[in-house]
Amino acid sequence: MNSGVITAMNIRTLGRHFRESGKNLSRNGWMTFASISAVTVTLLLVGVFFVIMMNLNNFASNIEKDVEIRAHLDPAASQQDIELMETEIKQMPEVDTVVFSPKEKELTNLIKDLGEDGQAFRPFEQDNPLNDVYIIKTKTPKDVIKTAKKIETFNYIQQVKYGQGYVEKLFDVVETARNIGVVLILGLLFTAMFLISNTIKITIMARRNEIEIMRLVGATNSFIRWPFFLEGMWLGVLGAVLPIILIGVSYHYFYRLAAPKIDIKFVELLPFTPFIYQISSIMLLLGALIGVWGSLMSVRKFLKI
Amino acid sequence: MIEMSEVSKTYPNGVVAVSNINVKIKQGEFVYVVGPSGAGKSTFIKMMYREEKPTKGNILVNGISLPKLRNSKVPIFRRNMGVVFQDFKLLPNLTVFENVAFAMEVIETHPKEIKRRVMEVLELVGLKHKARMLPTELSGGEQQRVSIARSIVNSPKVVIADEPTGNLDPETSWEIMNIFEEIHNRGTTVVMATHNKDIVNNLTHRVIAIENGKIVRDEQRGDYGYEY
Repeated sequence: MNSGVITAMNIRTLGRHFRESGKNLSRNGWMTFASISAVTVTLLLVGVFFVIMMNLNNFASNIEKDVEIRAHLDPAASQQDIELMETEIKQMPEVDTVVFSPKEKELTNLIKDLGEDGQAFRPFEQDNPLNDVYIIKTKTPKDVIKTAKKIETFNYIQQVKYGQGYVEKLFDVVETARNIGVVLILGLLFTAMFLISNTIKITIMARRNEIEIMRLVGATNSFIRWPFFLEGMWLGVLGAVLPIILIGVSYHYFYRLAAPKIDIKFVELLPFTPFIYQISSIMLLLGALIGVWGSLMSVRKFLKI
Repeated sequence: MIEMSEVSKTYPNGVVAVSNINVKIKQGEFVYVVGPSGAGKSTFIKMMYREEKPTKGNILVNGISLPKLRNSKVPIFRRNMGVVFQDFKLLPNLTVFENVAFAMEVIETHPKEIKRRVMEVLELVGLKHKARMLPTELSGGEQQRVSIARSIVNSPKVVIADEPTGNLDPETSWEIMNIFEEIHNRGTTVVMATHNKDIVNNLTHRVIAIENGKIVRDEQRGDYGYEY
């Protein structure tokens, strides 16, 4: 059994395979065109979907990142207690940053945030009723709830707030949206793989004679496979070119037009670079992989391995 | 060279193509395989180049036991034999030269050697001047000569031909036979299934007749023996 697709060969033979794969593409002109078109259409779909999904994911991450825990300190706590607690919180594995916000700052923020209405709180500057607060961010947004519950049990913590109720719902929605996205992308990828490999299969079916003759004159399976392997790769790569250009250009203009107009907190588009390079590499790789896979699967049938 | 012992072949659909065949073909022999259509000639021939595997018995070719030969080793085994078909089996997109060269490329021969040897065999079959033509631009006889050139380009010890003159007119058939005779005279074993009574009776060699999957006649200098 010849298990390896790629076996040792000399440079001349490799060159021959490259030439052969190129010749085959031009000889089977219409079939090549059909296969490349199939790759182009499906990769365009996958690419557009990727762009949308990754942006949505970015929004979600921005929102999640904004979730913080506010731990209100008991006014009775001494300076020493406060410092001790800070070290204790910092030592928790889930915690990323801890910022101490004294009650004076809290009041200034409150007055500022409320604008005109905030002036009403000015008198409290003399006798501040607010607490000192720890603002805690976790390494992963999901740990917020768990961490908050732990901190609540600490001494001298009066109250812990993280948007109870609201945050749980938010996480649920984001989680569901992400799962749906992953399922859709996987489904689309599977469709793409079968569509492309079927088109390639038809191309190769038309050339079964060629494979039969190769076997007859003593070509090993790996020798037969090589040009097909390369052909599949070309088909995938060539098919990826148009979607990459289309998506790149449209995203460029879309970003220039839309990004300055979006004025909603958390909602911002992923910047053109490096995002578009990532998407392009993914599509190129995907095209090549699907092309090679489709090609090798189809040849396999005629090799009687 | 080729030795079959108690070879039987039953196809998955239950058809018994050959049963209990024993035969020895020595190096340098020229053997006709004759018999009515559907008698098992093709299966007999196909088993020699391991296109079909026997369901029973053993076949030795050049000392290799074909039933035991693994699929992945079949191509290497075939490098020591040439096969010629009734329908030529040329690649339509390749020129005459490329079609013949193909059999040498496959075994990674040096390009210089390929060029020299291909021109040599094209000369032998009388097609040197048509090396750059496509098979579709050639007559049937010429196409068959290309396929013969391809079958012998790697200097195999044995050439197996399945009705090589089946699609050709009598005159062209004789041209083809002369080439086979030339190959035979150079020491190559030739095994040929044929329906051509005229050729078998006039260019006499060993004749093996197969009927209903059995060898019914095996004569050193035989004749065709059928009326059709």
